[in-house]
Amino acid sequence: MDSALIPKGVERCPLGRFLAFIAIVGAVLLWGVVAMFLIYIKGLNQTNMNNAYGFALWIWADLAVIALGGGAFFTGLLRYIFGKAELKNIINYAVLIGFVCYSSALLILAIDVGQPLRAWFIFWHANVHSMLTEVAFCLTCYFGVLTIEYIPLILENRQIERISFFRHLAHNMHGIMAVFAATGAFLSFFHQGSLGGVSGVLYGRPFGFRSGIGIWPWTFFLYTWSAAACGPCFTILVTRITEMATRKKLVKDEVIDLLAKIAGWMLVTYIAAKIVDTVYWAAVTAPAMGFTLMDFYTNNPGSAYGLWILIAEVGLCGVLPALMLIAPSVRRNARLLFLAVLLAVLGACLNRWVMILQMQAVPVLPFERWFTYFPSWQEIATTILPVAYGIILIAFSYRYLPIFPQEAELNPLPEGGR
Amino acid sequence: MDQPKNKRYGMVIDLDKCTGCGACMVACMAENNIPFRDDDTDKLLSVSWMHVYRLSNGKPFPQAEECFLPRPCQHCEGEHGHSPCVSVCPATATDYDMHTGIVSQIYTRCFGCRYCMAACPYHVRQFNWWDPVWPEGMERALNPDVSVRMRGVVEKCSFCYSRYQTALNRAYVEGRRELAEEEYQTACAQACPAGAIVFGDLNNPRHRVHRIVQPDLAHGGRPRNPKAFRLLERLGTHPKVYYLTGRDWVRRAGDNEVQKS
Amino acid sequence: MFPFSFEWVWDLGHLVFHGALWYALSILGIGLTYCILKAAWQASRGEEHEHGHH
Repeated sequence: MDSALIPKGVERCPLGRFLAFIAIVGAVLLWGVVAMFLIYIKGLNQTNMNNAYGFALWIWADLAVIALGGGAFFTGLLRYIFGKAELKNIINYAVLIGFVCYSSALLILAIDVGQPLRAWFIFWHANVHSMLTEVAFCLTCYFGVLTIEYIPLILENRQIERISFFRHLAHNMHGIMAVFAATGAFLSFFHQGSLGGVSGVLYGRPFGFRSGIGIWPWTFFLYTWSAAACGPCFTILVTRITEMATRKKLVKDEVIDLLAKIAGWMLVTYIAAKIVDTVYWAAVTAPAMGFTLMDFYTNNPGSAYGLWILIAEVGLCGVLPALMLIAPSVRRNARLLFLAVLLAVLGACLNRWVMILQMQAVPVLPFERWFTYFPSWQEIATTILPVAYGIILIAFSYRYLPIFPQEAELNPLPEGGR
Repeated sequence: MDQPKNKRYGMVIDLDKCTGCGACMVACMAENNIPFRDDDTDKLLSVSWMHVYRLSNGKPFPQAEECFLPRPCQHCEGEHGHSPCVSVCPATATDYDMHTGIVSQIYTRCFGCRYCMAACPYHVRQFNWWDPVWPEGMERALNPDVSVRMRGVVEKCSFCYSRYQTALNRAYVEGRRELAEEEYQTACAQACPAGAIVFGDLNNPRHRVHRIVQPDLAHGGRPRNPKAFRLLERLGTHPKVYYLTGRDWVRRAGDNEVQKS
Repeated sequence: MFPFSFEWVWDLGHLVFHGALWYALSILGIGLTYCILKAAWQASRGEEHEHGHH
């Protein structure tokens, strides 16, 4: 029924099945939308945040999706600036995933502020010394870049492409995509870093505070580096999940292997830097502020933060996937590769969790106790909302747009094409 | 005597005098139109610019001792006015006033991102989770000099800034440029029945705060008085609220490093 | 964001921050405008480019 919209040379599931799938995910989306409006109408008292936990699940979700969305800028950098031409076969999907991640982050931020109607103050009355200002500007600008990178894909839809203007526009935008990609990489470097700076500059919070160079704490560089390492892992992870869902091979193994190899080496260097940073923080930075490492991981009844979380982040979800990804034998094994990228993705999420949530759980005043927090259903629903939205956008894009250049070649139609 | 031009308003609270009566909290709530709810038992959700902590030395009877620690905004100076909260606010909704040393909060500018709350180690910044609802008739008893706040913004102790403005206005009308010590006093300092709270200009050697604390202004205002200390001195926030005590365990409760040694 | 908002100061921080911002925005704006104008020009002249090479 919608075959006129489906790209040439590929096959898609029947429209009925597609719509049924969309309906199921749409129900989850609707649940999130209900929670969102509840929060807009009644205010942030619908959450389980409190005066000690001003940043919570949403800020974590923001930081996590932006880190994972880093696959778009880094793959773009490799493809357009460093000339890794093979990556043209995955760049479309990396851009789409990045677009989903960044639009989700903006949506969550818009829910998260106490006075959403004043959210534009962050631009208008910008305090240039605040990490959050830098995040807001770069994030919004980079979302613009992702939109610019996503538009040509939409214009390549079979029906839209028939219009001469749109066809030319898509062609022209592809022509100077390197310029956009370079600008995107520039913006990404700063906002990924600024997100690291969010906790890194808080010198009233010894758990998050880091020394650094000039105005930039070490977390600034660690966040950018980890986004460049774990972002591509997320791109690979979602590609593999899409392949499972569609029961098709969509990207050739060489392409995935190249991206995984680069991500692996990025992860090796990142985790080495992270270990050095952790040791320096535990041995020098925190003690100077009156804290020992174990102050951050013990005597915390009611909260689960123990040394295990540091080991899980740096070891299990850091060193292990890094070593796995640089081993060609692991990359050749689909299951092990999946496990490695999954661990790397979890590692980035865990790092963001720790730097935001645990930072606030740790008491700073000696006579205070650990603070505990568990999100309300409204917070959970609004955090799942962008996931549902992302699945729907990806589903529509996959169905109607030529996202995977190698799909037709990898899945030849039995009767010679549509 | 050649005085520094700028003021550095600060406070010294004698913990050995404080009885924990809570008059400072009540006076502050009334002065600053602080909202409250029917059930305000969850202190992590309620707003109190001045909060009295109850500290214990953790020892069994008969060595058991308690201490009450009133905690207003510490009005940190940080390095050159970079208090932990001011530099992080993305919308310039909070400001360190170099003329008074007061950290202000602009409620109509704040859009409720709560980054400043995450930045403040003293938990002085509180969020309006609800719109204020005043009991019937109480609107008429609100302080007309202090704006009420709406839900979704952060607020905190301002050292009763409206009183500073009122006093300054009066002085200007009378042709003066300088305020006398008693002309500008916070509500909590005036309400304290034990006289435990002293407020004034730390830069002015004639003010009691200066004489009690003897701040070392070259070193972030570190107290020279051996009985005086500041909360979390080691963080380098350079607060302008000082505490006095003769009890060792109370002093140790004020900072982390000292506590462990 | 603009020099006419009252908290604006002409200091290094503002120049670097907003300089970088407007630089990036200009590149994006100019690039996008170029693509759109060129496409409109090509479409109006009925030009065609060879297909499927991107």
